[in-house]
Amino acid sequence: MNFDDTPQEAEFRSLARKWIDANAPKQYEAELSKSSLGRIRLEKEEIVDVGKAWQKKKAEGGWACLHWPKEYGGRGATPIEKVIWQQEEGVYGKLTQPFQIGEGMCGPTVMAFGSEEHKRHYLPKLASGEHIWCQLFSEPAGGSDVAGLRTRAEKKGDNWIVNGQKIWTSGAHYSDYGLLITRTDHNVPKHKGLTMFFLDMKSKGIEVRPIKQANGMQEFNEVYFTDVVIPDHQRLGAVGDGWNVSLTTLMNERMSIGSRLATGFPEMFEFCSNLMTDDGLAIDDPATRSKLASWAVKASGLKYTSYRAISSLSKGERPGPENSIGKLVSGTMLQDIATYAMDLQGAAGALTGADEEAARGQFQQMLLSSPSMRIAGGTDEILRNIIAERVLGLPGDIRVDKDVPFNRIPTKGR
Amino acid sequence: MNFDFSDEQKQMRDAARKFLAEKCPPKAVREVLDGKAPYDKELWKGLAEMGFLGVAIPEEFGGAGAGHLELCVIAEEMGRANAPVPFSSTAYLAAEALLLAGSDAQKQKWLPKIASGEVIGTLALFEGKGNPSPKAIKLQASSGTLNGVKKPVPDGAIADFAVVAARTGSTERDSDISLFLVDLKAGGVEAKSLTNVDPTRGQAELTFKNAKAEPLGAVGEGWSILTQVLDRAAVLLAFEQVGGSDRALEMGRDYALDRIAFGRPIGSFQAVKHMLADMYVSATLARSNCYYGAWALSTNASELPEAAAAARISATQAFQHCSKNNIQVHGGMGFTWEFDCHMYYRRANATALTLGSLSYWEDQLIDRMRKKNAA
Repeated sequence: MNFDDTPQEAEFRSLARKWIDANAPKQYEAELSKSSLGRIRLEKEEIVDVGKAWQKKKAEGGWACLHWPKEYGGRGATPIEKVIWQQEEGVYGKLTQPFQIGEGMCGPTVMAFGSEEHKRHYLPKLASGEHIWCQLFSEPAGGSDVAGLRTRAEKKGDNWIVNGQKIWTSGAHYSDYGLLITRTDHNVPKHKGLTMFFLDMKSKGIEVRPIKQANGMQEFNEVYFTDVVIPDHQRLGAVGDGWNVSLTTLMNERMSIGSRLATGFPEMFEFCSNLMTDDGLAIDDPATRSKLASWAVKASGLKYTSYRAISSLSKGERPGPENSIGKLVSGTMLQDIATYAMDLQGAAGALTGADEEAARGQFQQMLLSSPSMRIAGGTDEILRNIIAERVLGLPGDIRVDKDVPFNRIPTKGR
Repeated sequence: MNFDFSDEQKQMRDAARKFLAEKCPPKAVREVLDGKAPYDKELWKGLAEMGFLGVAIPEEFGGAGAGHLELCVIAEEMGRANAPVPFSSTAYLAAEALLLAGSDAQKQKWLPKIASGEVIGTLALFEGKGNPSPKAIKLQASSGTLNGVKKPVPDGAIADFAVVAARTGSTERDSDISLFLVDLKAGGVEAKSLTNVDPTRGQAELTFKNAKAEPLGAVGEGWSILTQVLDRAAVLLAFEQVGGSDRALEMGRDYALDRIAFGRPIGSFQAVKHMLADMYVSATLARSNCYYGAWALSTNASELPEAAAAARISATQAFQHCSKNNIQVHGGMGFTWEFDCHMYYRRANATALTLGSLSYWEDQLIDRMRKKNAA
């Protein structure tokens, strides 16, 4: 048992470290280090522009989309090499945020189901950051139950005509292409009538509207489709096979081993170590210590769980399901930590100004943003179902709409 | 990175699991639970024959000379089987204290007999309510004899010898505490069994009246040695707790698959599924913290104090959580004496206190993290 690299891993790490040291945009290091939760913002420049420049540089140096094959713009690296790269890329990895959906979900789906011509045309540009991709799955009527989606595509000659609405699309406003799942048959049960496409986000008939979120920010979009035309050759997988195609996309979403989720704990520990209350330092209060200790062991538990997964990758094994607990644990932690940090400040805890002395308003921001961590990318409830069914082997939910034609599924609760 | 046990260590875990499945079924645990025996003597003998009792004891002292990672995997299986034997008191507390501070002669005297299963050892630390602290130790040592009362002492009524924390000065300072070795069969010590929430692991009151004692380690070094012993035992006991958590989770999962209510397995209801998923989360976090503890223990790393406290807290929480919700999944049947759920519930809550309470270890963890940050 040790934390050491194998000789090959050490060699790869040193190569990556040298390249990063020579090429990283160090002028942003301090700013990137500070932001720990939510969308990254830079003082003077757009994150997308700085990110595109970094991604392009990486692609030129052979460090973009590491685990992709070389002919599609990757490096053909092993999973453990990808993890080592992420560790070395450190804070600059935050600059890749606009490309993550493309690299982790859209790209792999095109790779699995696209024509060779499409793969050679689109994937290298995705890898180099020239094109940004978004994923158009969720709908107002289909969130956790994504197969309940209603956006329809109808065949007309060699084209498909799309009408409907998507929601919660990150980056739709700056994306060049999108991965789109649609309903092509309303007369069969819901999972059977779906078809997957990719499309140009500049197509006529697409309207992107930002959503004002509960935390006051605008990070996601609604995307409306009015008679949008998609050529049939941009279909991914067979007509009616969209659900299976989407499983490939979503499986890749969960393969994000080694990417550390924010828990809020380091910030909280520092805050409590310095906060003077009427009864002394917050960290000397027994109630606070008890809470801190519980959060500490959750944070370290997650860290060492990911080390265990990395170790299996290092041995060339497929990591076990342990990593599925990451988002479930960290989402609630962020919310609880934010609430308690504000409680420690008394009435002033409600103030949100960045100039407030207590931790620059970061916990208030955490409070308002953290509900999304428990929803986006699989709600807490869906994650518990996944653990219960796929890890513990418990029965799947009884699905009353499973064998019912889609157009006969009720659309209102009462 | 190779943050995992080796194939050989995993084989040892499998061997221990197989052995305990055969020699320590719930029926055997119940013999002790029902008060028919103070501990399972046959199992104790078997564990010695398998080489498990002395797995971390060097060969020169009659052990297998394997190491602490091996002891960790065996501890996990002892917890999984809820083994009714004085393993933790003997192998984690007494043996670790001897290994850390014993003279060659002391090691030669006791360690081979621990490995062979001839003796049971323990640590006599507590004196009534409260957590480990120098000022809580009143038992007096003077001119080679001890006077005072220790309770609770784990396995105190069946132990052959004890490591005893005693006062050799009059202040509250750490340096006023020293450790002693006492042969409990040599006279001067009276043992009285105490009832406790987990009858499968005995607790006792030991009264020392001019009991002959020899120093273990230098006089005045007792508290420092004790702290190290408790940290090492915390990691090992945490592995027992993780084994118990996993078993409780499995029992709940199996029952949820078998039990039909409202026309379907209860494991198909989200309320039950989510409860079991949360148990899995606790058990997984605890296991990962324990692995870090095992690494720190086996390499004698400077991170051990922090790693041990984290493993201890995480594993205590997980075992309490899993054993309590295992009963809940079982419903009314889980509350019967006949079902095994309560044995894990009892063990979880007794083990949670063995080395000091959860809040004590929470306090320790925060102190240690601050110390590290300040350094």
